[in-house]
Amino acid sequence: MQTLKDLLRRGALAAIAGGIAALFAGNVALAQLAPPPGPTVEAIKRRGTLNCGIDTGVPGFAAQDASGTWKGIDIDYCRALAVAILGDASKSKYTPTTAAARFTVLQSGEIDVLIRDSTLTFTRSTALGLDQVAVNFYAGQGFLVRKALGVSKAADLQGATICTVTGATLELNIADFARSTGARIGTLLFDKAEEAIAAMEAGRCDGYTDDSGSLAGMRSTLKVPADWMVLPELISKEPLGIHIRSGDPRWQKIVFWLDTMLKSAEEFGVTQANADQMKSSKDPFVLRLIGVEGDFGKMLGLDNDFFLRAVKTVGNYGEMYDRHFGPNALDLPRGLNNLWNKGGMHYTLPLR
Amino acid sequence: MHARLKAWAWQGAAVLAVALLATWFAHNLSANLAARGMEVDFSFLAARAGFDIPFRLVEWDSSYPYGWALYVSGVNTLLASALIIVLASALGLLLALMRLSGNPLAAGTARAVIELVRNTPQLVQIVFVYVAVLQVLPPMRNSITWFGGIFLNVRGLYLPSPSGTAYNWILAATVVAVLAAALLWRRLGLAAVPRLVVLPPVLLLGAVLAGFNAAWEYPVLRGFNFVGGTRVPPELLALVLGLGIYTSVFIAEIIRAAIAGIHRGQAEAARSLGLTAHQSMFLVILPQALRILIPPLTSQYLNIIKSTTLGAAIAYPEILQIFARTVLNQSGRAVEVMTLVLGVFLVVNLLTSAAMNAWNRRLMLQGR
Amino acid sequence: MHPLLRALFGTKLNAALTLLMLATFAWALPPLFRWLLSDAVWQAENRTACTAAGTGACWAFIRARFALFFYGLYPVPERWRADLGLLLLAVVGAGALFARRGRGWWLAALVTLVPLAGGILLAGGILGLKPVPTPQWGGLLLNVVISFVAMAGAIPLGILLAFGRRSAYPVIRWISVAMIEFWRGVPLLTILFMGLILLPLFLPQGVTVDNLVRALIVMTLFNAAYMAETIRGGLQGVPRGQAEAAAALGLHPAQVQLLIVLPQALRLSIPGIVNIAVDLFKDTTLVSIVGLFDLMGVVNQSMKDPAWLGLAAEGYTFAAIVFFFACLVISLGGSLLERRFAVAHRR
Repeated sequence: MQTLKDLLRRGALAAIAGGIAALFAGNVALAQLAPPPGPTVEAIKRRGTLNCGIDTGVPGFAAQDASGTWKGIDIDYCRALAVAILGDASKSKYTPTTAAARFTVLQSGEIDVLIRDSTLTFTRSTALGLDQVAVNFYAGQGFLVRKALGVSKAADLQGATICTVTGATLELNIADFARSTGARIGTLLFDKAEEAIAAMEAGRCDGYTDDSGSLAGMRSTLKVPADWMVLPELISKEPLGIHIRSGDPRWQKIVFWLDTMLKSAEEFGVTQANADQMKSSKDPFVLRLIGVEGDFGKMLGLDNDFFLRAVKTVGNYGEMYDRHFGPNALDLPRGLNNLWNKGGMHYTLPLR
Repeated sequence: MHARLKAWAWQGAAVLAVALLATWFAHNLSANLAARGMEVDFSFLAARAGFDIPFRLVEWDSSYPYGWALYVSGVNTLLASALIIVLASALGLLLALMRLSGNPLAAGTARAVIELVRNTPQLVQIVFVYVAVLQVLPPMRNSITWFGGIFLNVRGLYLPSPSGTAYNWILAATVVAVLAAALLWRRLGLAAVPRLVVLPPVLLLGAVLAGFNAAWEYPVLRGFNFVGGTRVPPELLALVLGLGIYTSVFIAEIIRAAIAGIHRGQAEAARSLGLTAHQSMFLVILPQALRILIPPLTSQYLNIIKSTTLGAAIAYPEILQIFARTVLNQSGRAVEVMTLVLGVFLVVNLLTSAAMNAWNRRLMLQGR
Repeated sequence: MHPLLRALFGTKLNAALTLLMLATFAWALPPLFRWLLSDAVWQAENRTACTAAGTGACWAFIRARFALFFYGLYPVPERWRADLGLLLLAVVGAGALFARRGRGWWLAALVTLVPLAGGILLAGGILGLKPVPTPQWGGLLLNVVISFVAMAGAIPLGILLAFGRRSAYPVIRWISVAMIEFWRGVPLLTILFMGLILLPLFLPQGVTVDNLVRALIVMTLFNAAYMAETIRGGLQGVPRGQAEAAAALGLHPAQVQLLIVLPQALRLSIPGIVNIAVDLFKDTTLVSIVGLFDLMGVVNQSMKDPAWLGLAAEGYTFAAIVFFFACLVISLGGSLLERRFAVAHRR
């Protein structure tokens, strides 16, 4: 009897102590239900926000302006997804991820989709358990070097040290390039692009390497951009695109077709400004695109207006590109990122 | 009877709770991995890594396997730790002696430095030193040159590197001799002579002798970089300086407390035996203080080893940077990689504290 | 000879030392003074005014970013809530330190009211307060939140572990030892990293935990292990006679430990606990490496603002100064606490 009472009393004491500890943790603990690997869309709707994994700061793709607002083509994709699913672009929540942490963050379910200038590769689709949905930017790995170095092509970098970020395809490409050409190029690996750029500006490295889109963006953040040049040569293919967790075909289809439709909208001349007027178009492709004909939205499990909302929020692919990479922004020629019929790579599947 | 029953009940409950928790974690892990089509598998360690490690002491190129990267980065971690331990101990001793010097100017300065350094975060100091190092040092072509063979610039410190068989033999022989002497000091009948005073100069003498017999390879500026010689990258310099200074103030306080803990009578007795102030400090006070300061010193040294992970913030290729970031990301093996990294630190820490404890016990025995 | 002069120049060695120190001061202090104060730029629109030749530190950068350093991206109209929360913490904390009577109530408020009210104030979502998601918490505010929660969680947990390590039951002892030695054996940064990328894999599918909460959990457990060792030291310092006397008075073993031994042990451990608090506060900067925007993270972020590009030295100097004074306050509060308890003891 005595023992039992004793046990109870001790138990009560332990419970009190535990309760106090739990109070502290629980008060600030904002544990919330996140998407199970299956029905991602249901989870997004239940939660009311889209969790979008983005870059920590590369102008053109994702960078914060002076007021702390995120801007970039990847951001526009997130906003398009949020407005398509939830009807409100501001319901897109951004999780900046470093190159090294991005895939684990996606695997762990913390984000619904990773739109972070990430190259689609074999290993990432197989060993990492990810689905590679679409390419939203065709790039290649290039070099940013100080003009005073007098270097004109990548092979001249023999003996040079190049700063870059770790955890990306970049360090592998540069090692492969060095191996295939016999050049000895040293790399210095940083966690974030801005750290690598800062070290390069301080003279720690002779140059910086990244995909061609990011190079243009990072060049714009230099103290004296005119002192630096981007080498014309690219040493790899970097199709940058959208990753999701494997095992949710419905989510995969929504993301894939939204990307296709953003590019198709440019092809058919549907813009942010004229999207509503296009409802009176005669072109059946346009009508299907903006949801006047055909139940395409319903077939994806959304409403038929989903794309109309998206294009009215962010514009078509060409408008997004112009906004972030066009002559008034980073001034990067469209090149591969033009539509297929204008000499680029974006060839969309037909909407029928 | 009641007591035994109670003991069993409590311990059984504890075991059960821990086991349940562990099972729950394991179950979640396997369910999560299965849902993503992944599994726990260490065979990736043998796969080709394909990336470059910018600074290393042991062989490495991109054709080596992932597992070897753990070794390379582990050696980098140990190198940084060793250098920091040396610097922090020396600086700490200096600061402690300044505080105890009786000279108000020196004591006050030491006090100010100690307060300033220990009340600011080590991360801020390391990053600050790195940025400062990069901003202060000149570009490659305007290197600061010492003695025609040592160059300091923004790419690092370039030193001539010695080589040659004579050099290797003399150095190895000195190290072996010193180590053996240190271990067999008592058997050699030298107990009356303090070995801490005798052995380091012997080591230094051996090194100098070896240096005179070495073939020196000097760094030469060619193309983008210096060729030849040994290079200490600015990341390592910044990490060693930043962490070394940070830890030195804690060591200074430990040494001061230990010296203050030695009874005044000891110093007075030494003086009355005719020893000078220096002799009494180095032959009487310090050896005794050493005994008191070993336990706290051990924990500072362990802190240093753990803190080298901050090198990841300034791109020093240590274990966290190379293995827990690059390898983890290139292979996608998060669970395996983190298990290995935590395991390495646990083993190193447990081994170091075991070694220090053993030394401590020896000193205690001698004290009797 | 004046005693001070004798102390400075009494012996040859002392004189040499003094001269050496003076030479070092003459070499290092004037440029430092010029950079920090006399040549510094206090007012400027952007970086260009600071890059002119002969200018020192660009404190205009700090002025322009001041609010960001303290609140991060916490929405401007809601910042009074952060202020109120910090004020509450300061008032109750001061009460717990200085109150002449009813200190128990102040302490109770510190561990219940402050986390509860502070959490509601900062997070919002109820009582008509606009919810502020944790990714918008930042700057020094975040350092304070993390250290307070981790400290408040680490003390009870540390007490449990310390008792566990002294338990008569070997199994409980082993578990406590394993727990303590694990956390003390691994670098904080590594487990923060692990909490960031691995924790969700160990939780049931679909459950994810806020990034800040993960950092809080890791910080709490990490510091609890160090706390346990400090408190264990305190427990060992309580004379055996105390426990024996209490038991002889007929107190229950749990009462003996909780009412007699623990309070004395805690008093003995105050210096150690204060050291842990200072270390903890400094270590909160590590969360910037795993993607939270504490003061250090905001400073890093600010340096790539196009208008203030690359003003690293100013940013880090400012962070260092802020931390220096904050740690000084913690240390002073600690020694005050120690002195007060010592006085109470003597009485």
